[in-house]
Amino acid sequence: MKPIVTFEKVTKRFDDDTVVLDDFDFEIQPGERVVLMGPSGSGKSTVLRILMTLEDIQEGVVYIEDEPLWHEKRNGSLAPASEKHLHKMRGNVGMVFQHFNLFPNMTVLRNIIEAPIHVLGLSRAEAVKRAEELLDQVGMSAKRDAYPNSLSGGQKQRIAIARAMAMRPKLLMFDEPTSALDPEMVGDVLEVIKDLASEHDLTMLIVTHEMGFARDVANRVCFFCDGRILEQGEPEKIFTAPTEQRTQQFLRMVLKE
Amino acid sequence: MLYGIHWDLSNSWTFAASIIPILLIGMKITVLATVFGFLIALVLGLVFALMRSAPMRIVSWPTRFVIEFVRDTPLLIQLYFLYYVLPDVGLTLPALETGIFALGLQYSAYTSEVYRAGLDAVPQGQREAARALNLGTMRTFRDVIIPQAIPRIVPALANYLVSIIKDTPILSAITVLEMLGVSQIIGARTYRYMVPLTMVGILFLILTVIAATAVRYLENRLPRAGIPLK
Ligand SMILES: Nc1ncnc2c1ncn2[C@@H]1O[C@H](COP(=O)(O)OP(=O)(O)O)[C@@H](O)[C@H]1O
Ligand SMILES: [Mg+2]
Repeated sequence: MKPIVTFEKVTKRFDDDTVVLDDFDFEIQPGERVVLMGPSGSGKSTVLRILMTLEDIQEGVVYIEDEPLWHEKRNGSLAPASEKHLHKMRGNVGMVFQHFNLFPNMTVLRNIIEAPIHVLGLSRAEAVKRAEELLDQVGMSAKRDAYPNSLSGGQKQRIAIARAMAMRPKLLMFDEPTSALDPEMVGDVLEVIKDLASEHDLTMLIVTHEMGFARDVANRVCFFCDGRILEQGEPEKIFTAPTEQRTQQFLRMVLKE
Repeated sequence: MLYGIHWDLSNSWTFAASIIPILLIGMKITVLATVFGFLIALVLGLVFALMRSAPMRIVSWPTRFVIEFVRDTPLLIQLYFLYYVLPDVGLTLPALETGIFALGLQYSAYTSEVYRAGLDAVPQGQREAARALNLGTMRTFRDVIIPQAIPRIVPALANYLVSIIKDTPILSAITVLEMLGVSQIIGARTYRYMVPLTMVGILFLILTVIAATAVRYLENRLPRAGIPLK
């Protein structure tokens, strides 16, 4: 089966001097649930943001299935992607942000139906039906007509997950979905993600430092360091018998927290 | 006598009462200049703000220059320039229209900053979330950015309404008979300046207090999270 995501010799620089990714290669298979872990500043968010088309790349090619994301085939060669191409490709990917980024001027329901109506072209009734199912799944039906500012962090993040799911992406990404939450809310959000993982055969790419959660949800854990994957494998192997010293150090540090 | 209305010089009180109708004629011009000057500032300021943030430098740089130029030169000079120099190149406007345009131009330099700051103040995460949901540029502006920018923009814009009222007397420099101009004529003809000038001060106070109260009312009614979309 062909991968759903391929990074091929990708280089990402900021302002020409900070090189975040250098000749980066990475693949995700359909249905895989991949967890990225690693020190802060190592480039994990950048990987997700490139896939979400929030950051461009300088060299290499990123493929979603077998279509280049940041390029377009024109006269047999690859040219930089137009906004139209990016718009088309973006439909495959969804993202849940660390700080939720819900629209504060919209009700919970409107947050979820906005894009399905205006981007996917669903009727309002269809969009509302879809939203209500998702709200039920994330346990937030009662807050349908509330505004985000009246919700707790954990509730906001569950809405953000429903909002991303409503677009039916093939790949759903989470960038530290619980690191902005009070400790007592973390469990609920992780439970919701685990439920989604078991009910839908979504491909997921998750940045998290929650080891117990990673163990439950992931097929593969990648230890990410200085813009590359230093070590990867099944969670059991990475967590119990990491071979690289940097991985061991990192895991010890996370466990201590 | 002015505008066919006579004043009563028996004492200060009768004098004051008798010139009220005359001053109200001047006030009409003041209000007119304020309202239309402000409307021009609202529209032109938005155009400037959008042009200034345009990706093409050939648009954004000259716009920046114009905004800086307008903002950093005295209104009186701009006013004289428009009134006395433009006719030389064949552009003649009546004094009031010239004055309104000068006020509008000056204030559009301020309002363009307000628009820009208001749009910039919407957190970057909102644009990113909109992009992640694949919302188009127009839709993002309409449903996400503008509704959240308005509560930040409107109070600042409205404050300029109060200050534009206070700038209208400058139009008397190009013969526009707004309130101050009218009171000067009354003073010149009666040799009594204190009463008409005091009255004008009070009338300005009334105008600005009304405007400021309206501004505060508006400010309190705007939801801080943005214009709600159900
Ligand atoms: N917009 C940006 N401009 C400049 N440097 C950036 C920008 N975004 C991220 N970086 C840099 O890229 C590196 C990787 O960042 P990031 O992907 O956020 O790391 P992580 O998510 O692993 O903590 C960091 O050194 C960070 O300072
Ligand atoms: Mg990060």
